[in-house]
Amino acid sequence: MAERGGTFIQGESEIASMSMLWGAAACGERIMTSSSGPGYDLKQEGMSYLSSYRLPAVVVDVQRYGLGDGEITEGQDGYFIATRGGGHGDSRQIVLTPASVQECADLTYLAFDLAEKYRTICIILSDGGISQMIEKVVLPESREHDNKKFDWAIIGHKEKDAPKVKVTNLDRSMPYDEYDRLVKKTYKEMFDHEQRWEEFQLEDAELVLVAIGISSRVCKSAVRLAREEGVKLGLIRPVTVWPFPVKAFEKLPESCRALATVEMSLSAQMAQDVLLASKNKYPMYSLLTSKYVATPRQVVDYCKRVLAGEEEELEVY
Amino acid sequence: MADIMFAGIGGQGVLTAGKILIKIAAANGKNVCWTSEYSAEMRGGSALCRVVVSDEDIGTPYPQELDVLCCMTEETYDQYIGSVKENGTVIVNKSLFGERQYPDNVSVYGVDAMGIAAKANPKGANIAVLGAMIKATGLVKAEDFERTLEAYYEKKGPGNVACFKLGYESAEKM
Repeated sequence: MAERGGTFIQGESEIASMSMLWGAAACGERIMTSSSGPGYDLKQEGMSYLSSYRLPAVVVDVQRYGLGDGEITEGQDGYFIATRGGGHGDSRQIVLTPASVQECADLTYLAFDLAEKYRTICIILSDGGISQMIEKVVLPESREHDNKKFDWAIIGHKEKDAPKVKVTNLDRSMPYDEYDRLVKKTYKEMFDHEQRWEEFQLEDAELVLVAIGISSRVCKSAVRLAREEGVKLGLIRPVTVWPFPVKAFEKLPESCRALATVEMSLSAQMAQDVLLASKNKYPMYSLLTSKYVATPRQVVDYCKRVLAGEEEELEVY
Repeated sequence: MADIMFAGIGGQGVLTAGKILIKIAAANGKNVCWTSEYSAEMRGGSALCRVVVSDEDIGTPYPQELDVLCCMTEETYDQYIGSVKENGTVIVNKSLFGERQYPDNVSVYGVDAMGIAAKANPKGANIAVLGAMIKATGLVKAEDFERTLEAYYEKKGPGNVACFKLGYESAEKM
């Protein structure tokens, strides 16, 4: 960071780190913080304030499995807390889910751009599997950042052209109704324009898998293995989970007979978004592997049982 | 293209062996993925890394079946020999293996990794095993591998390259 003119600070606590983000973001700086599940919980209060003031920042959550301290192993059960808000109130922020080391780099660059474009927090939702591997990566070209380009940033009175109106609603200068309309419009714009996903061997799939992060990597292998065995699987890998890529489910192939998520959680979390996106048109299944990364064999055998009518459909509760 | 595991105990350099391999495979245009498992002890606990080298997009980084298994200890051999594919390759560190029978459906190569390390570099037993692995599989040209090793260990002198060469030359079918 120092070589690039940046600053790294090891905060004394998650709350302190998030408050530092708040201050730097208000000054228009590019700023990010990262943690795993339990630390991410502690950042929620600060996130709520940043959302309220519409300040751009990037927050990384490398999910670990379980409640409380949980386990230090991989997990994907932080899906709800990442996609359903960020602090109290009904804020929405873009959530990106990398599935390779290359994407960890690429999506972080994108996260800053989107955060600034929409004046929102952008979350990178990773997991212990993706974050602890080594892969080939080509770093995007470095870019300079100019915090004077924002008309809302607090950059000091000595600046000749410093804008008079600063961070929206820090001083309640915008009436509530007007503020609500602005925020709602931003959420809708993000939903309409920022859905991202990858499709893999979807064209003739009988059963379409839906998975993110490390589970999506396993599913890619499972699709290849299944096709060697004559079973036509396909994969939709959401790259954004908020906004959830509902557009991907509007044009599923006619061959599709059912949908199945593979998630490292106890309760089906992403499956609820898949149900909404697919408008309940397909039978829905979930392979929930808790703290264990599924194996391709396990996924293929599960899908074979689904197609043979030997698995129970998902019950959402 | 190849699903590989290096397994042993902490301190034997099995994780490093995998890192060197992915560096050279990546430099040769391959897609690579490295993951590790190890216990809390810095020395003496179990340690392993899985390496996937492929021309296509890599799916799971945790292959269930192995093309190549490199074992520094008999314990890890016993634990993972069942994961090796038919006609797969197994490299064993002969220095720590007693007399035993090996299965017919895999090619087993032995190397006196610790004997080589004692001669060329006390910390280089892992590199000797790498040498034997390259000899047995032909995964990468030996000269290319040597060049990468020289760059990797530029500041640490020629001991590791010597371990690689001795491992490569002395690997023998068991």
